[in-house]
Amino acid sequence: MLETLFTGITGGQITEAMFRSIGRLLFGFIIASTLGLFLGYLIWRFKIVDETLGFLVVALQSIPSIVWLPLAIVWFGLGETAILFVVTIGATWTMTMNTTSGFKNVPTLYQRVAKTFGSSGFHLLRTVIIPASVPQIISGMRLAWAFSWRALMAGELLGAGGGLGHLLETGRSLGQMDLVISVMIIIAIIGTIIDNVVFTKLDRSIQKKWGLSS
Amino acid sequence: MYLTLKGVEKSFQHNTNDKLKVLDDISFDIEKGQFVSIVGPSGCGKSTLLYLISGLDKATKGKIEVAGEPVNNPGPDRVVVFQEDGLFPWATVLDNVMYGLLLKKTPKKEAEQKAKEMLKLVHLSNYAGAYPHQLSGGMKHRVSIARALVMDPDILLMDEPFAALDEQTRMTLHHELLEIWRRTKVTVLFVTHNIREAVLLSQKVIVMGTRPGKIKTAFTVQTTQDGVTPDSITLDLEQKILAALEEEMEKVLREELGDDYSFKTGSVHRDSSGDMGSGI
Repeated sequence: MLETLFTGITGGQITEAMFRSIGRLLFGFIIASTLGLFLGYLIWRFKIVDETLGFLVVALQSIPSIVWLPLAIVWFGLGETAILFVVTIGATWTMTMNTTSGFKNVPTLYQRVAKTFGSSGFHLLRTVIIPASVPQIISGMRLAWAFSWRALMAGELLGAGGGLGHLLETGRSLGQMDLVISVMIIIAIIGTIIDNVVFTKLDRSIQKKWGLSS
Repeated sequence: MYLTLKGVEKSFQHNTNDKLKVLDDISFDIEKGQFVSIVGPSGCGKSTLLYLISGLDKATKGKIEVAGEPVNNPGPDRVVVFQEDGLFPWATVLDNVMYGLLLKKTPKKEAEQKAKEMLKLVHLSNYAGAYPHQLSGGMKHRVSIARALVMDPDILLMDEPFAALDEQTRMTLHHELLEIWRRTKVTVLFVTHNIREAVLLSQKVIVMGTRPGKIKTAFTVQTTQDGVTPDSITLDLEQKILAALEEEMEKVLREELGDDYSFKTGSVHRDSSGDMGSGI
């Protein structure tokens, strides 16, 4: 098995699938984050949106993203777009909810301070609302990342077009259990690296800067 | 007259048709460069009044004018110093002080220079690069005062800025505030519930009554002010203000504790400094 893992990485089979998956994930994740930020802003800013879309988001968030796949296949066909759709939609709602609660929890004091200096509108958003909710936004991104990573694997497993999930499926149909386990190890490693290295570091540096922990 | 309030009234919507009147018929004038304090029992709407002048809140009725111009929106000519320092935790001390300047479209170099000068004035030039959580409570307040003063405001509105500080820090800051006030000649409107603080710092003390908040009396303070040592004149004035407030305090207590509460005149321990025999 270790041999398969090794040759898979050096031979390019696993490496290629890995880059393919990560590429998809990043793309979907970036779209989801942007969309989540934007929707979160709308919900925070307009009461009517909060009462309508805000409620809908909570409902949508409780749908496991892979459930969207049948619909995505009907809409986009079984391919790149369908998987991307599932990845994006899995992360968007969490991101939206975290952004909203981050924005809503910005202390009134900061907003008042900024307003007495004459800040308003977009400037207030850029210089106070967003920086003040950065900790929440980051924890939102962390969750969004976890959701889209799971959605991606499920999507690739069922869908087509390469990637680690697809490689798993290949391994299963060929009865190559060593390949299956190698891919699982790779999945675990990538997940751990991103979560523990990227997000934990980001989180910690902000906690430190804000004086929330030493 | 520089800052003019005429018949200002403020009501809050309590329920759908129940209105709570917080301020009623407030009228007073402040001259340019004056240091004026507003004292009153808690809940009398002192802070609300300050927010109205700053433009953060809008009056239900009446007029507020600064140098003949009606106040509509918050603006950098009327900066507020809040009870909590309100420094942005994600920015350094220097960035915090520069915030308003950059907003005013001051060139970055100039803003930085001005902010550094202001930090020197509040004795914090060594902490320009520090984050707010690294500073003590008194230092944070210094920064928040610097942040307001660097804007070169026409009126400095202070909402119990030293209420959360310990006595020693407060005394030092009183001293420094007066120093800065003399140097910059900024008009200061200082809201506090500490009578001694009001008397020691200001040239004029406005006493507010409560439910609804209205102006009860105003006193002029005539003494040399170093902001730290009370003398016989200020102590006498303190007593007068306390007497004026006693009736209001009784009203508040009655409302909170029920009608059977009887309030004995002079039963309230005076002042918060806690120095026994400080009036001797």
